[in-house]
Amino acid sequence: MKKAVKLSLFMLLAFSLVLAACGNNNSKPAASGGSEGEASGSSSSVKIGMVTDTGGVNDKSFNQTSWEALQALQKDKGIKVEYLQSKSEADYQPNLNQFVKDGYNLTWGIGFALQSALTDIAKQNPKSNFAIIDAAVDAPNVESVLFSENEGSFLVGVIAGKMTKSNKIGFVGGADSPTIKKFEVGFKAGIEAVNPNAQFTAVYASGFDKPDEGKAAAATLYNDGADIVFQAAGGTGTGVFNEALDRKNQGQNVWVIGVDKDQSLEFGDGVTLTSMMKRVDVAIKTVSQQVIDGTFKGGTTTTLGLKDDGVGVADTSSKNVPQDVLDLVQSYKEKIVSGEITVPAK
Amino acid sequence: MNKFLKWFASDSFIVSLAAIVMGLLLGAIVMLIGGYNPIDAYGALLTRVFGDWYGFGEALREMTPLVLTGLAVAFAFRAGMFNIGAEGQVIMGMTGASLIGIKLTGLPWIIHAPLAIIVGALFGGLWAALAGYIKAKRGVNEVITTIMLNWTALFLCNYIVRTFLLLEGNQRSVDIQPSASISIGWLSEMMGNARVHWGIPLAICAAIFFYYFLWKTKQGFELRAVGSNPEAARYAGINVNKNIVKAMFISGVFAGLAGAFETLGVFHYQSVYSSLPGYGFNGIAVALLGMTHPFGVLAGAGLFGALTYGSAGMSFDAGVPPEIIQIVIGSIIFFIAAQGIVRFILKPVYKRKKEKVL
Amino acid sequence: MAAATPVVELKQITKRFPGIVANDSISIKLHKGEIHALLGENGAGKSTLMNILFGLYQPDEGHIEINGTPTPIDSPNKAIELGIGMVHQHFKLVQPFTVTENIILGMEPAKGGIQIDYKTATEKVRKISDQYGFHIDPNARIEDISVGMQQRVEILKTLYRGADILIFDEPTAVLTPQEISELIEIMRRLVAEGKSIILITHKLKEIMSVSDTVTIIRRGKVIDTVKTSETTPFELAEKMVGRNVSFKVSKKPATPGEKVVEVNDVTIKTKQGVTLLDGMTFDVRRGEIVGVAGVDGNGQTQIIEALSGLRKIDSGSIKLNGKEIGSRTPREISESGLGHIPEDRHKHGLVLDFSVSENMVLESYYKEPYTKRGFLNFRAINDLAKRLVENFDVRTPSIQTKARSLSGGNQQKAIIAREINKNPDFLIAAQPTRGLDVGAIEFVQTQLIQQRDQGKAVLLVSFELDEILNVSDRIIVVYEGKVIGEVRPEETNDQELGLMMAGSRQGGTKE
Repeated sequence: MKKAVKLSLFMLLAFSLVLAACGNNNSKPAASGGSEGEASGSSSSVKIGMVTDTGGVNDKSFNQTSWEALQALQKDKGIKVEYLQSKSEADYQPNLNQFVKDGYNLTWGIGFALQSALTDIAKQNPKSNFAIIDAAVDAPNVESVLFSENEGSFLVGVIAGKMTKSNKIGFVGGADSPTIKKFEVGFKAGIEAVNPNAQFTAVYASGFDKPDEGKAAAATLYNDGADIVFQAAGGTGTGVFNEALDRKNQGQNVWVIGVDKDQSLEFGDGVTLTSMMKRVDVAIKTVSQQVIDGTFKGGTTTTLGLKDDGVGVADTSSKNVPQDVLDLVQSYKEKIVSGEITVPAK
Repeated sequence: MNKFLKWFASDSFIVSLAAIVMGLLLGAIVMLIGGYNPIDAYGALLTRVFGDWYGFGEALREMTPLVLTGLAVAFAFRAGMFNIGAEGQVIMGMTGASLIGIKLTGLPWIIHAPLAIIVGALFGGLWAALAGYIKAKRGVNEVITTIMLNWTALFLCNYIVRTFLLLEGNQRSVDIQPSASISIGWLSEMMGNARVHWGIPLAICAAIFFYYFLWKTKQGFELRAVGSNPEAARYAGINVNKNIVKAMFISGVFAGLAGAFETLGVFHYQSVYSSLPGYGFNGIAVALLGMTHPFGVLAGAGLFGALTYGSAGMSFDAGVPPEIIQIVIGSIIFFIAAQGIVRFILKPVYKRKKEKVL
Repeated sequence: MAAATPVVELKQITKRFPGIVANDSISIKLHKGEIHALLGENGAGKSTLMNILFGLYQPDEGHIEINGTPTPIDSPNKAIELGIGMVHQHFKLVQPFTVTENIILGMEPAKGGIQIDYKTATEKVRKISDQYGFHIDPNARIEDISVGMQQRVEILKTLYRGADILIFDEPTAVLTPQEISELIEIMRRLVAEGKSIILITHKLKEIMSVSDTVTIIRRGKVIDTVKTSETTPFELAEKMVGRNVSFKVSKKPATPGEKVVEVNDVTIKTKQGVTLLDGMTFDVRRGEIVGVAGVDGNGQTQIIEALSGLRKIDSGSIKLNGKEIGSRTPREISESGLGHIPEDRHKHGLVLDFSVSENMVLESYYKEPYTKRGFLNFRAINDLAKRLVENFDVRTPSIQTKARSLSGGNQQKAIIAREINKNPDFLIAAQPTRGLDVGAIEFVQTQLIQQRDQGKAVLLVSFELDEILNVSDRIIVVYEGKVIGEVRPEETNDQELGLMMAGSRQGGTKE
């Protein structure tokens, strides 16, 4: 059913693209070079590719954010961008290789799942440039970007701790992995900083593509009396939102804190208290820009935290969060940036 | 040789071929509606698979687990059972191979790698035999048990990897010892670092073994008899229960090999899977494509693997979205599974042909 | 009734299938209130003809007239509309449904368009049942009633739909002797009430006892149509087969030797504790055929299963050549000298998707020379198959043909060939001639007698009393899991046997 909807959307999209192509030379996102025009001179010859993890490009999470960032770059700078979806773990290597063979100036690996594949391919192709999100690869031609998710989570923890009425707060993680643990630990620390009496429960699903598990986990937490749930679970988080929407419709006052991007734009600010922004797009744009400018060095690992605006609280939070709480958040942010507070990561 | 030619003229071959062509045509129509050029797209598919040595090597790598899981499903099917559990047996095979490949040290390659393969195969075989045993002893349908054992295998193996083999801070095991690797280094280098491994020729050997075992040996005779008519087999003095367990074991060995080869030849580590990776389910499709005949499975895996691997070329070079590629693959399988439809479409052609003969 | 317009007339019906002419210009008249038998060997074209009448096939030439008007019948629905009903050989009933539910299936009477009106339907079923003396409980579940009753449900189904012309396709193949006589009673009642019946069968005895007219078909052609009262079984058989057939297989008197099989006080109970065999005791000697007579379900199946190792016995002993074989595996017993022609040849006797050749070694494939060092020796297997196919006259296009595509008679011949080739000391033949035509029956019975003459012990289990009387040298009667009497065929008749089978001991002449 879902696939059918997806498909018809695709057809519609494809059809509209064809129509657009009639009057406009800026046809498909995957348009081959040449049709781009000479808008931005030399940068038009730059090609940047990205390989998704098995979540695919429509994961409503970092794969999608990354691709949108690249598309924005294409529009602004007139570079050529392309993505390849990985159907399985085994696809990572040939997909990365495809970009290398086609002479791409930079190839992104999105997500820690690509770590070992990207390590291998980077070693085999020392002359090509790579970048990876959420994992550190130690090679001279790879730029690694990590995020201090714990810092951003700390801030939404402050909001949750202040806003809870039942004094019970929940967390749903997509997998019990070190990356996701960072979300939980930071979140918990933020709650404790402002509301030491609040009860905190964390639940882990068995994957990032299990909306049903997400829904069940959220139901358990809400039934236990929690009124705010922070989800760091990718597609599984959709289930958390759906459970909250159901309850909201029945008059229950429950909230979800979104993750990675501003999820109130998708699920509405009726249930989305705020979102912990992970600015993958900033990372993609920053590193890609280095390649366009010719300043890409590689071999370094950058960790984007609050001070780089790599993580943070969504701008739309003011709709549901009163100004005094946001002011408190701002002051905590300053303390973290200044180093006065160190947010735990494990 | 003559027999070989005859096979090409046989009904099932022509129907399969027609099914593939119809599937490709339907895919082309879908692409046309979507505004993509099907000729470019299929061209890109072929280029990705046959365009260079790297692509060809990687396509072979893609086909190998499909051959083995296809054989697993087909073998159980020939013995009258539906093994939905190749999935879990693959994961067990991975785990068996990982345990040996990681934990044993100081062994020479010639011992270590084969040992890891054998243990992986045994893990898969015993896991499947468990379902066979439950069927033989308690009469529980193997479809139910194998589906449930898929999940049991997934969580059990994730536990094993997390507890004993974990690479700290990652969702995967540490790398296997170099002595357990079955990658073919020199060939891989020749093929632009494509991950070719000894599992590829061994998978073909497995298909040949399947054929000889089932049709040329005494034990195969028993399995086939039990598969086509267990009651008559029992009347003829064949121990039906023993054969059920045996058939499931061998089926599981094929699937276990698929897992072992993936770990030892492709990844050199084992991931913690958040969900079933899908090897076994693709194996069902391949077995269906190959009409549960080992050589058909080889062909089916070749086709399925080439389509899956080559599809990335379709999206890369021709801009076709992966969803439409899934429709193309799906329609080919649909036409092969729904042979009645193909035969119906072919009917006028056949009629004319027959009349000519008369 | 002579000059009246026939209710159904098939005129010059021809139907061709690739390679054969199934019906070659067949013409048949069915009059009102008549039972018209269609007699022919398996594959003679009877079923094709009836499928044409029932709208399943279209004739290539010729047409059908109903009450004198040419009427094309292009679907079974049309046939039902015209008042034609078919009682299939294999019942098409939903097991967990009740009688009424099965009868109204497909044309459920609805109250207000939605709710099924069971009450009216049940009443109507009961009324028809009473009218023809069916004694059916409309609320019984199909899985709980006997085969004979299920057949009545099939008949009732056609009557409920308003059939005036009933086609019975081999109706007695699955029935016990009692049920057969009851069915004949019902058929008489149906014609008395103005229905007309076409009866497809190859059983001469039934034709003689129930039909008014017989049309004999051989190889797709009508050989003759005769009044039953003016013919004899011999004449019919000759016309059907095309040559002389003897019903009474000729045999010399038996010369029994030592005991080959000794069954002593064997008991079998189900898990629930129901007694299936209750101290069964008998023996079979070298050079004799022992017939087992009894109504179905009195322990015949269980004793065969016990003798062949398919079922464990709870107590007692079974000896084959003096060796205890009770509760041994089928293979051990088979190797001790048992040959077994099973009751259900499709289910138990053959692997239908195996070739004739593979089926010939179904029990000996593991032995030299058929297997050498674990590998099948196809040369030896094919040599054996060729020899057996030739010796036992199994008609098959090739030994590589799948057993499925052989006719029933040839399948049975293949099984007999395989079992006899094992050269067993003891041969069990369970319903060996069920569903076979006269020619094949003669062949099978002759083979059994030949085995006896070669000094084998033969146990014949059959529901056909004629067969028991004709072939056996000694008859044991089983009732409720026990042997309740033993008679010699020359000293008894079917009435006496029938009484004993019903549990009366008086006919018993035990030693």
